[in-house]
Amino acid sequence: METTEKYHFDVVRWFTIMAVVYLVVGTLVGVLIASQLAWPALNFDIPELTFGRLRPLHTNAVIFAFGGCALMATAFYTVQRTCGVPLWSNKLAWFTFFLWNFIIVAAVITLPLGLTQGKEYAELEWPLDILIAIAWLAYSFNFVMTIANRKTSHIYVSNWFFLGMMVMITYLHVVNSLAIPVSWFNSYSIFSGVQDAMIQWWWGHNAVGYYLTAGFLGIMYYFVPKQANRPVFSYRLSVIHFWALMFGYVWLGAHHLQYTALPDWTGSLGAAVSLAMIIPSWGGAVNGMMTLSGAWDKLRTDYVLRFLIMSLAFYAMSTFEGPVMSSKTVNALSHYTDWTIGHVHSGALGWVVMVAAGAIYHMVMKLWNTEMYSAKLVNLHFWLATIGAVIYIVAMWVSGIMQGLMWRDYDAFGTLSYTFAESVAAMHPYYVMRAVGGAIYWLGGAVMLYNIIMTIRMASATRAVGAPAKA
Amino acid sequence: MSNQIHSTKLQDKVESNVFVMFVMLAVLLSVGGLVEIVPLFYLKGTMEHNKHPEIVWQREPGETLADWKPGDGIRPYTALELAGRDIYIREGCYLCHSQMIRPFRDEKERYGHYSLASESMYDHPFQWGSKRTGPDLARVGGKYSDEWHRQHLIAPRSLVPESVMPNYPWLATNMLDGDSVVSMVKAMATLGVPYTEDDYGADFSRAAEEVKGKTELDAVVAYLQVLGTMVTFEEGVDYRE
Repeated sequence: METTEKYHFDVVRWFTIMAVVYLVVGTLVGVLIASQLAWPALNFDIPELTFGRLRPLHTNAVIFAFGGCALMATAFYTVQRTCGVPLWSNKLAWFTFFLWNFIIVAAVITLPLGLTQGKEYAELEWPLDILIAIAWLAYSFNFVMTIANRKTSHIYVSNWFFLGMMVMITYLHVVNSLAIPVSWFNSYSIFSGVQDAMIQWWWGHNAVGYYLTAGFLGIMYYFVPKQANRPVFSYRLSVIHFWALMFGYVWLGAHHLQYTALPDWTGSLGAAVSLAMIIPSWGGAVNGMMTLSGAWDKLRTDYVLRFLIMSLAFYAMSTFEGPVMSSKTVNALSHYTDWTIGHVHSGALGWVVMVAAGAIYHMVMKLWNTEMYSAKLVNLHFWLATIGAVIYIVAMWVSGIMQGLMWRDYDAFGTLSYTFAESVAAMHPYYVMRAVGGAIYWLGGAVMLYNIIMTIRMASATRAVGAPAKA
Repeated sequence: MSNQIHSTKLQDKVESNVFVMFVMLAVLLSVGGLVEIVPLFYLKGTMEHNKHPEIVWQREPGETLADWKPGDGIRPYTALELAGRDIYIREGCYLCHSQMIRPFRDEKERYGHYSLASESMYDHPFQWGSKRTGPDLARVGGKYSDEWHRQHLIAPRSLVPESVMPNYPWLATNMLDGDSVVSMVKAMATLGVPYTEDDYGADFSRAAEEVKGKTELDAVVAYLQVLGTMVTFEEGVDYRE
C-alpha cells in the first residue's frame, strides 16, 4: 500500500477491517444464543453448540475480538495523529495484530470445546492467558513509546484514557488469571470462594470500566471533535472527570455481589462509589455532547456524527442505570435477572458499538481517502442499530423486573405465588423479542460490513485507475 | 468561560510526561482493588467458620471422605464430585444457575438457608453465578432423587416442560478418565484444599479407582447431590452478622 505514508496506517486499516468482521460474527453468535433461550431445540443436542459453550464465545468475540480490534485500530490511529509521529514500532504493531487474531481463532476453537476457566470474560485457558498478556504488553508498550516520541508538548486527552485502560487491564488480567494448571487446557483459580468472587468482579466490572468505558471515551474524545470539526467543549471538565473516573471506577466491582456472602462493608463501599460515579461519567457524556454546541444542525446530514452523539446518549443512560442497580435495595430485585443483561447491552450496543462505528466510518474515509460508498447505508445502519438496541433493552427491562417480582411474590395465604418454572414460562415472549432486537442490530452491522467493503473496493479501483488523490 | 486554557502545575506536569502519567495511573488504579480485596484474606469476619468452627468438618485422625455424612460440616469434594464439578464448569452451567442464596424471606422458602462464605471456600474457582435463567442450586443436594437428576440432565423438558435448558445426553455415554481426576485432586491439594493421605494416597492415585467405570453423568449427579448439604444450621443463629 502507501509506502510514502507519514504514519503507519496499514496495520490500522487491518485492525479496522477485522473489527467490523468480528462485530458481525460476534453479534451473530449472540443472536443464536438468544434464540436458543427462546427455542431450546436450537441447541441441536450438539455439545459445541449449546448455550453454555457458546455464551463465552459470544462475550469474548464482541468484547475482545470486536472491541479489541476497535481499540487497537483507534488507539494506533489516534496516538499517531495527535502526537504527530508514526508508531514507535510498526513491526511490533503487526506482531500485536497477528497475535491478537491468533488468540481469537484459538478462542473460537477452545471455547465451544468447553476448555474454559469458568470465570466470566476471562474464560480462555492459561496458555492463551499468557499470549494475551504478551499481546497486551506489546500494544501498550508501543503506544507509550509513541507518545514519548511525540512532537507535541502535551499529551492529548484521548491518550490519557487509552493509557489508563492499558495500565488497569494489565493489573486485572494478571491477578484475575492467576491459576494452577491441571493440564494443558484445564486450570483452577488460585483463589476460591468469596475472595475469588471479589477478584472476579473487580476484574469483570473494571473490564467494563476501563476497557469498554475508558478506552471508548478515548475514542470519543478524538472522533467526536474531528467528525464535528469543533473543539472539545471543556478542557477543565475533561481533566476533572478523567481523574475521578480513573480513581473511582476501580471500586465498583463489589456491586455485583450485593446480599451474597461478600461482607456487607464491601458491598456498601461498592454501592456508594458506584452512585458517585454518575458525576464523572456524565462529565464525559456532557463534554462529548456539548462539543456539538452551535453545530447541532450537522446531525441532519452527517450520519457518522449521529452514531457518535447517540452513543453518548446511551452512555449517559447506562451510567445512570448502573449506579441505580448498584444500590442494595434495587439490586435485591435486579440481581440474577434479565435486567442485568438489559443493562449490559444498553451499554454495549448503545454506547460501545455505536461510538466505535462512528470512529470506524471516520477512519475508513480517512484511511482510504474516500467518501463512503453509500451515505444512505450509514443512515440505515444507524436506525437499525438504534431500533434494534431499544427493542433488546426494553425486552430485558420488562422480563428482568417481571422475574424479580415473580420470585418474591407472595399470595394472600403467605405462600410463594409462582414456581420457578412458571417464571421461566413467563420469559418466553421477551426472549423472542430480545432475539428479534438483536437480529435487527446484527443486520445493521452486516450493512456496515457491506458498505465498508464496497467503499474499500471503490477506493482501490479509483487509485488503480490513477485518479488524483483527494487533498 | 475563560479563554485561557491552563492547568495546575501538577496536571501540566503529568500531561507533559507520559512516564509520570503512567506512574500516577499505576498508583491511583491500585487503591480500590487493594482496599476491597486484601482485607477479605485476613479479616476474620469474612469467613463464618472463624466464629462458628462447628460448620467445618472436624476430621478425626484416620477418617477419610467416605466417613463423612451430610451435616458433618464443610469438607473437600470427593474425586467423583470434583470430576462432576469440572463438567459443570465445562458445560457452562454456572451461566444459567447461581449457587448463592441471599438472606431474603422468599429465597429461604425457595432454596433454603442463605449461603455462607465458608461453604464455597474450597471452590477454585467460585461458582456463585450471576444469573438465574434456571433456579439457584446452592442447596439442591438431596432435593431430587438421583434418577430425577439423570433424566433431567439428559432431557430437561421431559420433567420440566417450561425449561429452556439444553439436553445433555452425552454425559451418559462419556466415561471419566482416572488420570485426569488424579490431576484435579492433586491441583486442589496444591492449592491448600485439605485432602489427607488416607483419602486417596500420598500421590492421590486412588482417586482414579473412585471414578473407574463411572460416566460423566454419575459425576455431575454426585456433585449436585452434595451441594448445600455440608453444614448443619442451628435455628436462631445469625451466621453473618
